[in-house]
Order: sequence, then structure tokens, then C-alpha cells
Amino acid sequence: MTKLQEWLAGLGILFAIWFHLITSKDHSTFANENYNVILYSPIVFVLIFGLYAASVVLYRVFTFNDCEEAAMELQKEIKEAKEELLKLGFKFKEMTN
Amino acid sequence: MVYIITFLQIGIFILNLFQWSNMSKQKEVDNSNKYSILLPTYNEVQNLPIIIYLLVKQMNQSNYEYEIIVIDDGSPDGTLEAAEQLQKIYGKDKIILRPREKKLGLGTAYIHGIQHATGNFIIIMDADLSHHPKFIPAFIEKQQSKNYDVVSGTRYIGEGGVFGWDFKRKLVSRGANFLTQLLLRPGASDLTGSFRLYKKDVLEKLINSCVSKGYVFQMEMIIRARQCNYTVAEVPITFVDRVYGESKLGGSEIIQFARALLYLFATT
Repeated sequence: MTKLQEWLAGLGILFAIWFHLITSKDHSTFANENYNVILYSPIVFVLIFGLYAASVVLYRVFTFNDCEEAAMELQKEIKEAKEELLKLGFKFKEMTN
Repeated sequence: MVYIITFLQIGIFILNLFQWSNMSKQKEVDNSNKYSILLPTYNEVQNLPIIIYLLVKQMNQSNYEYEIIVIDDGSPDGTLEAAEQLQKIYGKDKIILRPREKKLGLGTAYIHGIQHATGNFIIIMDADLSHHPKFIPAFIEKQQSKNYDVVSGTRYIGEGGVFGWDFKRKLVSRGANFLTQLLLRPGASDLTGSFRLYKKDVLEKLINSCVSKGYVFQMEMIIRARQCNYTVAEVPITFVDRVYGESKLGGSEIIQFARALLYLFATT
């Protein structure tokens, strides 16, 4: 089963349950009492999920490691590499920029 | 409402458990391994000497058998001449040149490189200094710990991270990653990274089953690995964005990514 089929199956089941609850003639008392809640639940669900996604992504953006040490270390190593390579007889091409 | 969310989360958790249990197979440590490091290059005349110097230093220090295979796609800036000089310095057994006439894509570059690789493991990395050779021992140790088929470097977990990215770049990266994790549940946190260690036969098989071109090729490789039930482990890496030359993230990269994501979503 592809991921698309998995999603369609999952969403299809949820839709079927929801559709049954809002259209069925012999409503249970639960479905009757909470009719509006059930009717709008997909929209609420999408909104809540959107908020969840946005907060997770923003949290991860702000906690994304800035590897300044790694960058500084690399600069030192570039210098070292150039010096060592010159000693080994390597001819660097002139930088044009 | 809350029940539905909890229910879904439990479902996702169970699916992840299945993936994890597939990943922990047998243990086997072998010290007669050789690592072939593939460096595809295009206009890297400034970076190539540095990366090779750092690779040689790192690999000699940690005493692993290795060779570096440079696959230059006809760079006009003299990358190949620089590689030839380096070959004279470090020897033909350590630096192997496999140049091609023109730019022909990453997947075929790897295939071209592996054809003459003598190692039983292949390490792929960028030659532009964004990937540091200091992480290679961690890749190797991780691979040996449970005989993994693939070890992938990740910028997104643990000590991993990036340097030189602004808010927008981070937002796009994290957003795209979130969407990918949600839709594909790949069992790996960094899909577009290209610092990885593969068993040689596994890499050959994966490349042959991939259809994407460009950087999204890396994403497809990990997805196909999961599809073929290969075991994938991860090690955190730091990614220092290009020191020399320009880094790219434009509209066309985002479109490429979206197309690859939808393609894999619908077909795997």
C-alpha cells in the first residue's frame, strides 16, 4: 500500500464515521446532544492540526543549532590546509573573487 | 476530538515501532573494511585541495583503509588539474580520478565512481566543505555497531545543525522536513542531506531503483532504502554552508522538492 493509499484509507474511515454521525436517522442521545460539535469537528480538527504544525515548525526553527564553532574551526583548518599543501608543493590557483 | 488526535498519535507511534524493530538486526564487526569516499565535483577548484587534505588527515589519524575517488564533471575552472596535483602528492592508491566530459547528474556520477571503487563501503559527501571529514569515524562506528546498511548524517537531531542559514532558510528547511515526515514517515530525520555511508552493493541497488535527478535524489535514496527493508542509522552532523562559491535555495529547488515529495507519496 502506498502512503497515498494509507492516507486515503485513514481519512475515508474518519469521514465515514463522521458522515454516519451527522446523517443517521436513529441518532443516539450522544449524537443528538453534540450534533453541532460533531458537524464542525473536521474544521476544528484541521485548525488544531494547523496550529500544532505551525508551533512545531517554529519551535524547531528557533532551536535549530547554529554551528558557529564548527564554522570557526573550519576557517582555521582551511588556513592550516593551505599552508601544509604549499609545503607539499601544491600550487593554488589564484582566487578571482 | 481529543480522542481522535490521541488515537492517530498512537497509530503513528505503532507504525514507527514497526520501522524501528526492522532496523535492529544482527551484530557483526569487521576490521578488514575499506572505505571508498566519493567526491563528485563541479567548479570546486578552491575547495577540493582543502577537503582532500582534511580527508587524508582524518583517515590517516583513525587508521581506516580508504581511497578518495574524485568524479569531476568537466569543470571549466581547473578542478581536474588541482585533483591531478593532489594525486601526485598523495599517491595514485589514495586519490583516484574518474573525470567525465560534462555534467551528467549525481546518480550516474556515483555509479561511475563505484565502478572502480575497491572498498566494500562507500562514503558520499559534498566537496564544498559543508560536510566535515571529522564525522566519518562516527559514521563508521555507528555502521559497525549493528551492521547497518546505510548511515545517514543528520542536521536535525542531537548535536547536528547548520551554519550560515537565515530565518527564512531555516523555516523552509524545517517546514519541508515536517511535511515529509508527516507524509512519508521515512524513518530518518534528514532526507535531503548528502553525507552518508553505504554498503557498496546496497548503494548500487538503491541508485538503480531511483528515478529523481538533482538533490531530491538523496531523499528518494532513503525512501527506497526503507522500501527494500535496508537498515538505516543516523549520526548528527554540522553543515557549514559554502565557504567559497554560492549556495542555492530558489523557487526551482522548492518546486523540485514538492514534485519529488508528491511522487514518492503516491508511489511508495
